[in-house]
Parts: sequence; C-alpha cells; structure tokens
Amino acid sequence: MKIGLFVPCYIDAFFPKTGVATLELLEKFGQDVDYPMDQTCCGQPMANSGCNRDAAAAEALFVRNFAQYDAIVMPSGSCAHHVRDNFDAIPQTDEVRHVRRNTYELVEFLHDVLNVRDFPWAEFPHKVGLHNSCGTLRALRTASMSELGETPFSKPMDLLSRVKGISFATPKRPDECCGFGGTFCVTEEAVSARMGLDKVRDHHTAGAEYIVSADSSCMMHQQGCAERAGVPIRFIHIAEILNGTRE
Amino acid sequence: MKVKPVNHARAAEEFIKDAPHLNFHDERLWDLRQKRDQQMHILPEWQELRSLASQIKEHTLANLPEYLEQFEANARKNGIHVHWAADAAEHNRIVGEILEKHGARSLIKSKSMVTEECSMRDYLEPRGVVVTETDLGERIQQLDGQMPSHIVVPAVHKLTPDVAKIFAKYYNTDPNDDDPNSLAWSQRLAARPVILTADAGMTGGNFIVAETGSFVVCTNEGNADLSATVPGLHIATLGIERLVPRMADLGVFVRLLSRSALGSPITQYTTHFHGPQKGSEMHVVLVDNGRSHRLGMEEFWTSLKCIRCGACMNTCPVYRRSGGLSYGAVYSGPIGAIIDPTFNERKYSTLPFASTMNGSCTNVCPVKINIHEQLYKWRRVLAEHHELPFVKREIMHMAGKLLGQPKLYRAAVNGTETALQTLPRFLLYNWMNPWSKNRELPHPVKQTFHSWYKENRLKAQKKGKTA
Repeated sequence: MKIGLFVPCYIDAFFPKTGVATLELLEKFGQDVDYPMDQTCCGQPMANSGCNRDAAAAEALFVRNFAQYDAIVMPSGSCAHHVRDNFDAIPQTDEVRHVRRNTYELVEFLHDVLNVRDFPWAEFPHKVGLHNSCGTLRALRTASMSELGETPFSKPMDLLSRVKGISFATPKRPDECCGFGGTFCVTEEAVSARMGLDKVRDHHTAGAEYIVSADSSCMMHQQGCAERAGVPIRFIHIAEILNGTRE
Repeated sequence: MKVKPVNHARAAEEFIKDAPHLNFHDERLWDLRQKRDQQMHILPEWQELRSLASQIKEHTLANLPEYLEQFEANARKNGIHVHWAADAAEHNRIVGEILEKHGARSLIKSKSMVTEECSMRDYLEPRGVVVTETDLGERIQQLDGQMPSHIVVPAVHKLTPDVAKIFAKYYNTDPNDDDPNSLAWSQRLAARPVILTADAGMTGGNFIVAETGSFVVCTNEGNADLSATVPGLHIATLGIERLVPRMADLGVFVRLLSRSALGSPITQYTTHFHGPQKGSEMHVVLVDNGRSHRLGMEEFWTSLKCIRCGACMNTCPVYRRSGGLSYGAVYSGPIGAIIDPTFNERKYSTLPFASTMNGSCTNVCPVKINIHEQLYKWRRVLAEHHELPFVKREIMHMAGKLLGQPKLYRAAVNGTETALQTLPRFLLYNWMNPWSKNRELPHPVKQTFHSWYKENRLKAQKKGKTA
C-alpha cells in the first residue's frame, strides 16, 4: 500500500515533531510513505468560515497531490473530517471520490486499517488525560460519545493502553469541546479562551501531567490557555507517544 | 433601515467577566445535561424513541396542511374557536380583538415562546391590557425587562440575590433575603391575587393533536392550569409546527420532553385541553409567522421538528459560557442559531458562527435535528449572501488563493526563518490580537516539517541514488 502523508499547516509550522513521529510510526509498521512536497492545506479554514468557494483551489491542489495514493493519512481528525465529509467545493470526479474515501486520521488508520495494537518501543511513564477533538470524536467517531449512551469504546485508548508505564486521568467532562473551533478561536475569543481554560483545569484537577490528543490545533489552543493561566500541564500528540517519545 | 447584526462575541465577553454568574450558569446547565444522561441510561429504548419522534415529526411536517385542517375541524367540534395568524402582527391583532370583545383588561399568561416571538406584550400593554407572567422564571424576566434567556429555564442566568433585588423593587420584599423558599413565596403572594381576578388567561401549547382537536401543556409549576381555567376565557397561542397526528404519538414525545429538558421523567403537570369548561370560552390561535417559509427551505426545514426542550442549550459549551441573552434573540443557543436567521438573515447573521460545531447538540436532540450540520450550512448561505464581515471575507478569499498555489505559498514563507515568522501570522489570519488576549502563542520551533523533510529525507534519497 502506497501512503500519502498529509501534514496540516499547524503541524508543519508549530509541531514538526508530530509530523516526524507520524512518518516514522507508519514506517515502523512497514508502510511505504510519501510526503508530496507541494501540499498546503485541505481547505477546511475557508469552508468552515462559510467561504466554501474559496476552498476550491486548496481542495483541487489536495486532490492533485494525493490522488495517486492508496491511502492518505494525516495526524489530524478535523482535517480528515473535512476531506471525508465536507470536501465539496470542487466537482466530484472519480479522483476526488477516491481521495475522500481513502483519507484517514492517523489513529483510525493504525486501529482500523493496519490493525496494530502493539508498540513495543513505546514507553511513557506518565499520567495522561486524553483529549478527543470533536472532529475525531463526533465526526469520525473514533470513540463513544457520552450524549448517545453508547457502549464505551475508544480507538485512541485502545492504542495508548499498550504503551508501557502509561496511566490515565479522567476529567469530569471527558468529551466537552475545548473551544478551539477553527476561526471561532479568534472571532469568539472570550468564549474560546474560557472553554480552553476550563478544559485544561479539568484535566489538571483529575491529575493529568500531560494532555494527549490526535489533534494539534486543539492542543495549540489549550497550551496557550494553560500557559497564560499558569496551569502546570504539558501537551503531546498521540503519534509521538506511540512512536516511542520519552519525556 | 439596515439592521445591525447581533454582536454575540462582545455580549459573551461581558458575561464571562462576571465569574460567579458564569460559574453558576455553566454548572447549573451542565447539571441538567447530566440528569438528562441519567434518564437516557434508564431507558434502553432511548435511541428508538428519538428515531420515532423524528419520523413522526417529519411525517407531520410533510403533510402539515392536511393535519392542520383535521385539527381545526375537530377542535371546532369540541367547541374551540380556531384562528389563523399568518404573522406576528396578525396574532397580536387577533388576541387584542378577543380581549376587547370580552372587555378584558388583565391577562395572566403562562410561558409561551411564540408570544415572545410575536412581541405580544409590547402590542397589548399600550392598548390598556395588563399582562402578567405567572411562570416564576418568566415573571422574573418580565419584571427585569429582559427576554427569557433559556427556552425552559428563562431566568437561569440570574442568581438568587439578583432575584431578591428585583422582587424588593416590585414586591417590597427584603432585598437581602435571597432564600429560594421565601422568594418563591413572595412570588406566590404577589401572583395569586392577580390570577384570581384576571379577565383572561393565556397559555402556549407543547403539542397539538390533529386526531382529537386537543392540545397539551406541560409545566412544572401548575401556573398554566390556573391561567387556563380560573378566568373563564382561555386563549392558547400555538405554533403550527407543534402538531402530531394521533393521541398515540403523544407518548413518544411526552417521554422525551422532560427527560431531555430537565432530566426528570415527566413534567409535574401535563394537561390535555379538549375544549372549554361549561360557561367559559376557549380560543386557539395557530401561528405561522415564517414557519411555512422555513418548511420550504431545503436544508433547514427540519428545525421545525424542535419540541423546545432546550437540551441543545444545556449541552452547548458556548451557550453555557455566553448566556442566552448574548444571542439577542427569543430563541438562543444552538437551536436559536439555526432558527433565528430564518426570521432575519442580517440581524442574526453572526449566530451560526457562535459555535465550535462540536456536534454535541445534534447528539442530545430528542427529535434528531442535525443542528451542527445546519450551522455549517448556514455559514455558507450567509457568506454567499454577503453577511460576513468584510475583513473576514477578504482574508478567506486571499487565504484560499494562496493555499491553492504551493509555489506561491512556499515562496511567501521562503526559508525557515521567514516561514516561522510568517506562518503563525498567516495561519491565524492576522488576528493575533484576539488570540493573545487570554492565551500564549505557540512556541517557535527551529524548522518546519516541510524543511525537515527536505533536509532529512529528500537529500538522503538523492545521496542514496548517487552513491
């Protein structure tokens, strides 16, 4: 299987280690991974702001970059959600449909497609709180949602629980949104920042040393809130833990 | 005259500054959400009920004219006077005429969002009709000159000391006595005489049953029953979307309503009104006020399924932190944000953006309205109708162009140093000020992933080939 790696803009600019970990992790499982150099963005920021037509060029470029791959993998749930569910600024050709059908968020790719459960190289002797972004939780359904009363399941927990030495803290409101929300974080600054602060406090009170997530954008926002308010908690992408990062 | 859009962000910011109110509001509503969850866990058929409720509503809305006519015919047989109001003005005129015919100068009413929607009090009061709200929360809001801030708990944004101050002003009670029992007691003492001497009573209605020509009112305070039965003249204002075909359908909704709203199995009072008592008169005003128009909106008509339980508000993290009044509309929260623009696209153009689109509202909705997906769709419609702020629209336009051209994009961020100075500003759409007001910026890194890959992988590959 030939995999195209998509590294979203936030990760490219602020969290390159997450991109590296994603690439190395996929390679550890014997995957043939390419990173097309001409990639920019999936179009989500424009589409989420209502400016869907302005997303057309980015979406077309995305398809040009990734149409040749069997699977497109990205360490970001909300980008995967955009490509899969809302990628409609351009005509829906066979190529576009192929890209949309074969786009995966990293955790679901590891969990559902590669079916891996063992990370013998991974050890993370810390107490972590898992943050499921709303994009991965409610749109990609990588875990059960409290509102629906489903039988509990969690793909990221399935994977993390195989890491040596790791333990978990459960916040009081485990699947409440952290308030990032794309452009929401600047247009509704006050609500966004407050939600972020409440989120990190909830994790901290539950005893988490780290917040771990499959979405860097949520963590970028939460980290900003935590640092400003002096909440002593650290952040790490799930790809880095699974790839064996030790801190 | 051009109407100014509601500034939700600014109103929310004000609300957030007041820590005691914010914390109470967030926790009180989260408590309701948790109680709702407990009720859901008790009923194994919860999801089945939701599906059924959604199907019944969709079926009814698809056949609305037939069912409305069936209701009208049956209601008339029951001795109810039925009126049709195309809009708010017509509704108010009809109510005014009924009151005038009876020489009614005082009207007691129980909570009804439709009369709020029609601004009925503003119409009746200058015409010499004294309107008194009998629902406790609604009365507090009336005395304070505010709209209800929540569909079910209209004064939930207030703390008991706030209520003590309001009651002291109007009821001459002790402004420092904020004991909930004595506050409830003073409301009772103030309201009972008004109820006993009122000329007319008014209620809303939670459900209308076509088959029986009856309607159902659900309350917890019993005030609706008093309003409806004591004066001998009962006017009920009903939105046409409240219809269900048969009495048998009602069980589905009654089971869902209070469980979704407050986490209680049922409301204290669930009253079926089939017709007037002996010697009294009963009027029903069926209100359209934009509903038929919404029914014709391909992407938004299912919002008419709403049974006004407020579950979406209780679960909404944005609503809990901004308060209902920040929406500047009769209907607030997630459901308000998809309904309000149908009343006035420009005025409420900001509301679909007052959401992170996390989807929790859709999951709790007892009639399965895809609320967060409609928020997303509204954003497109509003952007296409140019209801976006100019700067935002332009930035998105420019971002869209740049992100479509990789060479330009990378040239704009040519070299790591420039990239790391330019990228953050660009990625946050040059709105760094709002970001950094309450948050630190992300930490700078030595290298983007793109340049790491170029250096560590592409070069290595080339070396490998030449070696």
